[in-house]
Amino acid sequence: MELARKFKEMFSTVPMIGWLLGILVGVLIEFYWGYDYISYYLGLPKIPVLFGALIMLKEPLMIPGAIGYDLIVYVIPVFLVARVTTFATNPLATFLEKLPLIVSVLIHLVFFYFILHLWSGINDYRELVVRLTMVSIILTISINVINGYQGEFSCSHPGFMAIGAYVSSILTLLLFTNDKIFGEALLPAYLGPWFFPIALVLGGFAAAIGSLLVAIPSFKTRGDYLAIISLAFMFIVKSAVENLNAIGGARGMGGQGEFAPLWVIFIWTILAIWIIHNFVTSILGKALNAVRDDEAASESMTVKTRKTKMTAFMFGAFWAGVAGGLFAHVLAYINPGMFGINRLAEILAMVYFGGLNSIIGSIVGAVSINVLGEALRPLELFKWIIIPLILIFVMIFRPYGLISFKEFNVKRMLRAKSKREQGA
Amino acid sequence: MTALLNVNQMTHYFGGLRAVHNYNLSINPKQITGLIGPNGAGKTTIFNLITGVYTPTEGAITLSGENIKGLETNEIASKGLGRTFQNLALWRHMNVLDHIKMAHYSQLSYGLLGAFFNTPACRRQESEVEENAYRLLELFDIKQYAFDIITSLPYGAQRRVEMARAMATNPKILFLDEPTAGMTPDELIQMIKIIRQVHQDFNVAIFLIEHRMKFVMELCEFIQTLVFGEVIAEGEPEEIQNNPEVIEAYLGKEDLT
Ligand SMILES: Nc1ncnc2c1ncn2[C@@H]1O[C@H](COP(=O)(O)OP(=O)(O)O)[C@@H](O)[C@H]1O
Ligand SMILES: [Mg+2]
Repeated sequence: MELARKFKEMFSTVPMIGWLLGILVGVLIEFYWGYDYISYYLGLPKIPVLFGALIMLKEPLMIPGAIGYDLIVYVIPVFLVARVTTFATNPLATFLEKLPLIVSVLIHLVFFYFILHLWSGINDYRELVVRLTMVSIILTISINVINGYQGEFSCSHPGFMAIGAYVSSILTLLLFTNDKIFGEALLPAYLGPWFFPIALVLGGFAAAIGSLLVAIPSFKTRGDYLAIISLAFMFIVKSAVENLNAIGGARGMGGQGEFAPLWVIFIWTILAIWIIHNFVTSILGKALNAVRDDEAASESMTVKTRKTKMTAFMFGAFWAGVAGGLFAHVLAYINPGMFGINRLAEILAMVYFGGLNSIIGSIVGAVSINVLGEALRPLELFKWIIIPLILIFVMIFRPYGLISFKEFNVKRMLRAKSKREQGA
Repeated sequence: MTALLNVNQMTHYFGGLRAVHNYNLSINPKQITGLIGPNGAGKTTIFNLITGVYTPTEGAITLSGENIKGLETNEIASKGLGRTFQNLALWRHMNVLDHIKMAHYSQLSYGLLGAFFNTPACRRQESEVEENAYRLLELFDIKQYAFDIITSLPYGAQRRVEMARAMATNPKILFLDEPTAGMTPDELIQMIKIIRQVHQDFNVAIFLIEHRMKFVMELCEFIQTLVFGEVIAEGEPEEIQNNPEVIEAYLGKEDLT
């Protein structure tokens, strides 16, 4: 404990930009020497994709090598560089603080994207994991709006996601792809990327309208009954799609254009975080909490409780629909089976693990469950024992999840960290 | 002078139970009226009927001459009817400042899009609301708790938050349901002071349910006594205090202080 405290104190002077710089150095080391030198001398067959977890689980003999790799490439450079460069990064952070907040945020984001791009570019599989993780982040935050901020137990998220995935896929396939279901493309392919955001938004709107089927019953009931209604909604969407042969039925629908590269998903993820953060920190958004905690008191305090519930469902469903659209275009294939009970389990795991009523919690939840899920893949069936076990432990010690009831403050996150301030 | 709040021949049944019968009330602007009566007499039910939680089976209710019977509770509240609850009804995960800000809900006009994109209109209105919220916190002596989660406050302070929150809706008339229930004598004296101050500073009429006679007699200009859903006596404090029916039905059974 004492050691952890000292360690924490030692790095408390590192500003965000310093951490980014440290990570950049780690990623550059991997980029230039990862394969030729480091993994070669450590006796690893290739660059460990997700911090060596796959290798460690498959070949226990390589555990020291993989750990060594993580230390040499990530841990040591990141911490060392972050700590050593504070003399430069703190003044830099101070300078950035003087710029308008939006400019400073954009600079950090571009820097972060650049690092992410480098890191994920090393390997196709790694890139796929990153893209799907970002889709999961949108999904998790959006279900948090309904299940966390609004406090309903809604199970319909895979349904909302499916609506978004199908609506946007139908639009892009119809317009820009020569495919089996819809025939010749109606528009030239180069318009595709421009139209894609519209397709996503339309998918989101469709999901939002669909969500009314759950939102309206929520005026009268909550808890178990609403959970059942929302679960029914999910199954209705799934079997409706299964029986609609015009859109591929149970066989699914493939061939979606390459409209969702890393940067597009990154922008959508940031946009979702930004808009949802704005909403939940405004009074209109906090009305969700008020209605959750005491509906009668909210009404008496002039809060329109029905409108608030409807907003929560439609807003959450909208983003689930957008995430669904991105998901469909990452995989370039969807079928109704993807939007069933397994997806629901995964989404619920992410949101309850990460933490209710917190965007940062949802990001943590989505990233950890995704990375964990991929890392434990070699264990196959055991994966579905380990992840629930972790979940149970979190629920015992932190009933609302890892990070709950906490919103981030961008300004505070990005500011310089001088020695002086620490005492306070 | 036209009454601010007017209730005419209001009757309400819960299934077969007649909770309120032929109830009449007229409150003028700035008037403080008290409602007393034994437990289960229907006092809270009358509050809930006027505030729109239930719609009365019969009768008419007007606020500033406008019909409010049948409107939703939030609509009635934003027309100028603020209230507190007998058993505190606070938002358990929310801090004190947010409680007060939330009660400005109907005064916001920036809309959902404003909230999503944090537009200048949204920022301006939210900071105005915050300013007003701090003023209320100060007035009710709860500023030091601004960022504390409500459940961590002492009971008396929670009561004051509830009142501050009701005042944030900018009411013309304030309904207080047993504002001193469960309070220590010190807190009680503070509450009398606060109610007086609210009455003066905000120019509101007040309608309060109360058990402690001392409190009612000291504050109210007009008192109604309710037994089994019916008003058995009404008038000025002295009249009520000396009314034999009241003494028999209610006061006789309880400690008068
Ligand atoms: N929602 C309800 N449904 C059925 N009966 C109710 C309801 N609310 C109150 N009552 C009944 O109405 C009567 C008056 O209750 P109430 O107004 O709470 O009394 P008071 O506030 O004077 O103590 C009681 O008999 C109570 O049981
Ligand atoms: Mg009562």
